[in-house]
Amino acid sequence: MFKLLETQMIVPNIHLVTLEAPAIASEIRPGQFVIVRAEEEGERIPLSVSDWDREKGTLTIIFMNVGNTTGKLASLRGGQNLPTVVGPLGNATEIEKFGTVLCLGGCYGIGSIFPIARGLKEKENKVITVIEARSSYLCYWEEKLEQVSDRIVSITRDGTKGYRGHVDRLPEIIKSLDEPVDRMIINGCTFLLKKGSDASRPLGIKTVVSLNPIMIDGTGMCGVCRVTVGGSTKFACVDGPDFDGHQVDWAELLQRRRTYMPEEVTSMRTSRCEEHVVKR
Amino acid sequence: MPKQAAEVRRHNFSEVALGYSVEHAVEEARRCLNCKKPKCVLGCPVEIDIPGFIRCIAERDFSSGVSVLKEKNLLPAICGRVCPQEEQCEETCILLKKGGQIAIGRLERFLADWEARQGELEIPKSPAATGKKVAVVGGGPAGLTVAGDLIKLGHQVIIFEALHKMGGVLIYGIPEFRLPKAIVSREVDYLKKLGVEVITDFVVGKTRTVDSLLQEFDAIFIGSGAGLPWFMDIPGENLNGVYSANEYLTRMNLMKGYLFPRFPTPIKEHKRVAVVGGGNVAMDCARTALRLGAEARIIYRRSRQELPAREEEVENAEEEGVIFDFLTLPIRYIGNENGWIKEIECLRMELGEPDSSGRRRPVPIEGSEFILPMDAAICAIGNSPNPLIAASTPGLEVGKRGNIVADEESGKTSRERVWAGGDVVTGAATVILAMGAGRKAARSIHEHLSSL
Ligand SMILES: Cc1cc2nc3c(=O)[nH]c(=O)nc-3n(C[C@H](O)[C@H](O)[C@H](O)COP(=O)(O)OP(=O)(O)OC[C@H]3O[C@@H](n4cnc5c(N)ncnc54)[C@H](O)[C@@H]3O)c2cc1C
Ligand SMILES: Cc1cc2nc3c(=O)[nH]c(=O)nc-3n(C[C@H](O)[C@H](O)[C@H](O)COP(=O)(O)OP(=O)(O)OC[C@H]3O[C@@H](n4cnc5c(N)ncnc54)[C@H](O)[C@@H]3O)c2cc1C
Ligand code: SF4
Ligand code: FES
Repeated sequence: MFKLLETQMIVPNIHLVTLEAPAIASEIRPGQFVIVRAEEEGERIPLSVSDWDREKGTLTIIFMNVGNTTGKLASLRGGQNLPTVVGPLGNATEIEKFGTVLCLGGCYGIGSIFPIARGLKEKENKVITVIEARSSYLCYWEEKLEQVSDRIVSITRDGTKGYRGHVDRLPEIIKSLDEPVDRMIINGCTFLLKKGSDASRPLGIKTVVSLNPIMIDGTGMCGVCRVTVGGSTKFACVDGPDFDGHQVDWAELLQRRRTYMPEEVTSMRTSRCEEHVVKR
Repeated sequence: MPKQAAEVRRHNFSEVALGYSVEHAVEEARRCLNCKKPKCVLGCPVEIDIPGFIRCIAERDFSSGVSVLKEKNLLPAICGRVCPQEEQCEETCILLKKGGQIAIGRLERFLADWEARQGELEIPKSPAATGKKVAVVGGGPAGLTVAGDLIKLGHQVIIFEALHKMGGVLIYGIPEFRLPKAIVSREVDYLKKLGVEVITDFVVGKTRTVDSLLQEFDAIFIGSGAGLPWFMDIPGENLNGVYSANEYLTRMNLMKGYLFPRFPTPIKEHKRVAVVGGGNVAMDCARTALRLGAEARIIYRRSRQELPAREEEVENAEEEGVIFDFLTLPIRYIGNENGWIKEIECLRMELGEPDSSGRRRPVPIEGSEFILPMDAAICAIGNSPNPLIAASTPGLEVGKRGNIVADEESGKTSRERVWAGGDVVTGAATVILAMGAGRKAARSIHEHLSSL
């Protein structure tokens, strides 16, 4: 059992949980993830770790409420327990002194890019952090990110903060910087990862993306997380989750993520409303 | 042995074989000749005193029978169900030639089930604590055996299991209709009552490394199994609807997908499912798909004779209506416009010269390509050990297929204070071999701990 210490909706539909997991907290590195079950008999889902405190033995996770398990997770409160938190899984993001690194985060990735930016800063990189969100009210953790970035740029689709539009504005943003970007790292939804990689390809900037296919065990046992990168099949949970965004077969990844779409809808229909009606 | 009728059982997940009644078991036991030099024992990888426990059944002294069994086999309720007796004890039974070998496995199961019906097992008095600590990696049959043997000798034992449930393949792989999960849980609970500590959700090599554990433990046993699924590396393998057997079975057994949406892990309702392979794993996948309402077929590149699965399970599959395409090799999965598998292109094969395994090698018949319409395919062609532990443990010698190299008699690895056994050493094998390896390693670990 893993005790939740704090749960909070930080912006609409995006939640933060802090939980006790001392063994994981002492080993975790930027870019790694955990697999969580929100209830006994529950589904196993992968979530990146957005921050941690090695001394207190705690992890902070930021997630978007998109379905059955994340919905359940969002309904839990401090003091309650999670039956499973296992990790740290996957390889850590490669962090070296690269020069100037652009960190791009969208939705939950605004949170999970934080420890990466912090690690890069510690290695004396110049860190440019780009936050992508639908609107200004969906941006969060800006102060936290400011502390580990040399510069913060926002892109919102409605233009209520920073640039208006989507990551197609990236080339302009990069041009406006005084120096060339040596590497780009993207965390967030698959669409953002793909669009970001599309934008950086013509600029010849090495781009690392944290892929998020469907997973079950997270240890290389089931193969559901397979992705094609550079023409060969990889298991994202053990070979990744970071890959070269210019080598990923995006069409395949998007299609594989849709495998359980109808069942996910069934699951929402059958597990939410009735359950709550009965309880009242 | 009585079984659920094929027509009934193909629609449910309850156990197929129903087990002997007392009278039936006693009658079968009485046939045993009680050979002076029992050949059956030679066929048993852990050398159970087979005539000994059979005699107890014949005399209706079931409780002594259980004791005889358990001297050598910690998990008789499991082995009685899944051991390939037809190539072990029953194959060497003297009565085989006369066409009537004793049903040793069924009698073993009978005794174990009898014991379970007697209510809570007595917990033996704990022996004096030795103060020595052993870490067991993996909660499959190998790990369970090591833990059970060492706790009874007074050592402190902690099992670390990567998944959220104990049991290894017994829980996530072998389906409910062949091995009810309650039986596995009962055995795990018993170990806990003996004092074994269990830590699930702990991936050795990730949560902590072997070296880090060695600072705290006097010895480590690695029984992490062969859990890395192979694919065939043919076009279309990443289409939606193409699974590894591990994924399919894990969704079903560990996550209870067949009870979706009551249990939230989804499983697809496929109409036509092809399972590639011919072992127990393939049979389990096909029979599971069938129970979910699909037309299920096995695609196997050799002929029926070479099927590596247990004969009993092949017969069960046939009775239930699994279709077999022998001498057939899939060469390509073909997708529809949404990225879902819709067809499999196959080649017909014929048997040529014997290969290194002694079986005749299948060779493709030129120009024999044909297409099978299909909305799912499950790849059940084999597994090898997961490299996580080996890769994070410097100095641990591994073989060509990623298997940990360990001494056959003692289970000792190339690293001090580290033992290994079961599928992680042999590659995918059997429950009883994993248990046998666990027992030998436990003996060697105990010797080591006693010498400290
Ligand atoms: C390595 C890795 C790290 C991840 N880290 C995080 C994280 O830190 N925070 C987080 O919120 N998510 C993260 N994800 C995604 C997360 O695992 C899924 O959102 C989660 O599995 C959804 O489970 P569910 O049961 O709530 O929804 P489901 O019922 O499984 O899905 C509901 C619907 O949401 C869609 N969906 C699923 N995932 C996403 C997504 N990420 N974005 C948009 N739509 C989605 C599904 O396709 C489906 O239509 C990560 C995924 C991976 C592989
Ligand atoms: C579908 C199927 C059907 C089968 N049918 C039969 C049959 O009928 N008869 C028969 O005799 N055999 C059968 N087998 C084979 C048999 O189940 C295995 O040989 C046996 O389970 C091996 O035992 P083990 O303890 O070595 O490994 P496993 O049972 O594989 O257990 C290993 C355990 O270690 C855990 N683990 C792995 N890595 C780590 C890590 N890094 N840290 C912590 N834990 C870890 C795994 O999660 C797992 O729980 C079947 C196998 C399958 C897959
Ligand atoms: S070989 Fe057959 S007949 Fe002889 S003791 Fe064993 S089971 Fe009985
Ligand atoms: S999640 Fe099962 S192999 Fe990656």
